[in-house]
Amino acid sequence: MTATVPVEHVIALAAALFALGVVGLLVRRNIMLMLVSLEIMLNAAGLAFVAAGARWQAPDGQVMFLVILTVAAAEVSVGLALALQIYRRFKTLDADALDEMRG
Amino acid sequence: MLDLLWLAPTLPLLGFAVLALAGARLGRTGAAAVGVGSVGLSAVVALAAGVELFQLPELSRVFTQKLWTWFDVAGLVVPFGLHLDTLSLAMIVVITFVGFLIHLYSVEYMAGDESFAKFFAYMNLFVGSMLLLVLADNLLLLYLGWEGVGACSYLLIGFWWRDPANDAAARKAFIVTRVGDAALAIALFILYRHFGTWQIQELATRATAEWAVGSRLAVWTAALLLAGAVGKSAQLPLQTWLPDAMAGPTPVSALIHAATMVTAGVYLIARTHALFELAPDVQLLVAAVGAATLLLAGFAALAQTDIKRVLAYSTISQIGYMFLALGVGAYSAALFHFFTHAFFKALLFLGAGAVILACHHEQNIFQMGGLRRRLPFVFWTFAIGGGALAGFPLVTAGFYSKEWILGQAWAFPGAGPALWAAGLAGALLTALYTTRLILIVFFGEPRTPAAASAHAPGWLITIPLAVLAVGSVATGFLEMPEWLGGASTFGNALFSVFSKTPDGPAADTEMALAALATAVCFAGIAFAYWLYGPGQALPRALASPAAAAVASFWRGGWGFDTLYRTLFVRPFVWLAALNRADAVDLIPAALAAIAGAFHRLVRLSQTGRVRWYAAVIVAGAIAILTLAVWR
Amino acid sequence: MQTAFYLAAAIAIAATAMVVTRRNVVHALLYLVLSLLAIAVVFFTLGAPFVAALEVIVYAGAIMVLFVFVVMMLNLGPAAVAQEREWTRPGVWILPAILAAVLFGEVVFLLGGAGGPNAGGLEVTPAQVATALYGPYVLAVELASLLLLAGLIGAYHLGRRGKGSEDEL
Repeated sequence: MTATVPVEHVIALAAALFALGVVGLLVRRNIMLMLVSLEIMLNAAGLAFVAAGARWQAPDGQVMFLVILTVAAAEVSVGLALALQIYRRFKTLDADALDEMRG
Repeated sequence: MLDLLWLAPTLPLLGFAVLALAGARLGRTGAAAVGVGSVGLSAVVALAAGVELFQLPELSRVFTQKLWTWFDVAGLVVPFGLHLDTLSLAMIVVITFVGFLIHLYSVEYMAGDESFAKFFAYMNLFVGSMLLLVLADNLLLLYLGWEGVGACSYLLIGFWWRDPANDAAARKAFIVTRVGDAALAIALFILYRHFGTWQIQELATRATAEWAVGSRLAVWTAALLLAGAVGKSAQLPLQTWLPDAMAGPTPVSALIHAATMVTAGVYLIARTHALFELAPDVQLLVAAVGAATLLLAGFAALAQTDIKRVLAYSTISQIGYMFLALGVGAYSAALFHFFTHAFFKALLFLGAGAVILACHHEQNIFQMGGLRRRLPFVFWTFAIGGGALAGFPLVTAGFYSKEWILGQAWAFPGAGPALWAAGLAGALLTALYTTRLILIVFFGEPRTPAAASAHAPGWLITIPLAVLAVGSVATGFLEMPEWLGGASTFGNALFSVFSKTPDGPAADTEMALAALATAVCFAGIAFAYWLYGPGQALPRALASPAAAAVASFWRGGWGFDTLYRTLFVRPFVWLAALNRADAVDLIPAALAAIAGAFHRLVRLSQTGRVRWYAAVIVAGAIAILTLAVWR
Repeated sequence: MQTAFYLAAAIAIAATAMVVTRRNVVHALLYLVLSLLAIAVVFFTLGAPFVAALEVIVYAGAIMVLFVFVVMMLNLGPAAVAQEREWTRPGVWILPAILAAVLFGEVVFLLGGAGGPNAGGLEVTPAQVATALYGPYVLAVELASLLLLAGLIGAYHLGRRGKGSEDEL
């Protein structure tokens, strides 16, 4: 027993979550929270895929979500390791402190 | 041997090449051998060619040799051709023979110099260019030689370039003669425009046939040619460079600025005399320029203290005589005076060089004195040269050549007597300053220890002096007036070139004129003896401030340097100083500034912060979506 | 069932908004867990029970736990909270809010409103998903495992301590 929801609504939900993730990414200076915002955005994208799969009654959407999930996992692990290194070297988690690439 | 005529200019040019490329490796003897030998061999070629030339019948005493075609483009064909007739023969004999003697002299004179090989390289280049100039059969090749000698003059005046005064003198010489060169170039353009050729013989015949006497084109062309000649020969108004050119070594002054280069203007006018005859007003102007210059330079020579500057102004004055002769149509007389003048002026310069060397490089005549006893040989040769310069009667060549000119000037219709009077006054001045020079340098007591301990020169100096002294006397006998026996070798030789020489005065008038000139010469000598001899009348006369002011005015060359500085140099320097900040450079600098500003602008976007970059990505995504929404 | 969807959606949005605005990192993480659980419910209502389970187990269970571990390890304390307060002053929110709002608006505009086909209806069973995974998407599975291997090695290497920094973490 599942609900029949207009697919636009689900995609709109995904868009809203994505937009919130963008806000978080742009506003927060703490690297941890930036990574968290990235997770939100990835999750929103996955939601959109699942919605599409549900609309077409096909498993492809869920398979894509699985792939996205894998990507998120790998990215989180590497990202957190990087964050640890940054904290060790710079003694801060301020993303704005890492601006040596400025020109 | 005539076929080997091309060797005459080529040998010195080869000598230049060898010395320029390998001069340092040859050592003193080797460089001297190459430098002197090339000119010596060239003299042999010239003399042999002359002998063979005289074996041709008189009316066809011409030899032409086309070496190759220089360029052939769009209808303009200019060959590299040589043209030998008696006029160019006279020139090349003087250039190579006197040049050889001067090169020999330089071996001893420049012996202590560090750039020995370079000196001979430049001198050889000069001789080669000068020979090209006089042997050229077309005006463009002549111009090549013209420019070549100008460049060598610059190089040799500034030979001791470490002293900035010498550099300034070299630049002045080059720039002033450039004015003349530009005029000459315009004359070449006009001639090409109208005749399509630069072959001198062809131009002469066609111009005489096509241009009317006194037509505007003829007048302009002749005037421009005169301007070119005036520049190179240091006549009014472009005479200011020659006294300063004495900054170069004395052999340079002897060869370039006395015997040869400065006579290139005389040669040019003689060569293109057909064009001058088409513009009688311009030809009269030639004579007027000559007359004015000879007087001006004569007065200036009276007041000089540097031995070489006296001789420089004397050269300007004597070339004024040559111009005077050219102006009245007495081309052969002008060339004869050139011929004798080359010998005695080179002799005087070389003698002056010997004196300067003996007094340890002292050039101020008032620091000399009494050198007659220390340098007897130099004194006697200098006296012979001075006598020739002053026109000492009967025994010196200068007497005969100057006589010829004055006689021809007297016989010239119209302005003749006025020109003759100027020439006679000039002769008085010449005798005056020559005697003054000899008295101050060689007589009296030595004024400085350097003069008291003057040492006699070696054989490489004395032999050229001796040969030139013989020439200063012997060449006179090539052309003697009627009442003395009437030798006419020189005039006859040149008859094939200048078929119409004007008639001179009648024989008895000629004798009277000669007597007057003799009297003037003796008067000048006596006057100078009274002023500068044991009585020393001059210092008392010069005590008045007016006289001292006049003397200083003459010493400065009649103020021409100041005039030109005010008229030309100062405004030009002021104009150049206006643009000191280089306004034209603003354009590329502005481009660079714009690029820099743009760079700084774009650089602002590279903050190095992740959040900023993320924001830009989001903005980009929005932009793309906006595009999708609008479509 | 539709109300379940809308309710879970609302909770998800609210929880995500809280995540973004919290000053304490741990609080933010916990709100994120809540948001993920709400999304899982959404998945379930859409007839995708497999990914709903995966969302809970992997996303909320593994990834979030990893986050919590690292944050605890860093042991930042009240100083960090004070710093966050300073970093999130109201003025900072304006421009990102505008950008995000524009983005959201454009996507919604492109969707074109309701009236299209419906999502959900029939459940897509795990068996179907598995058949797809071992059928046409088998390469994706292999690549995913390679990606995880790369992530593993990278995380190990990057997280390693250097020679002289034993005294820190």
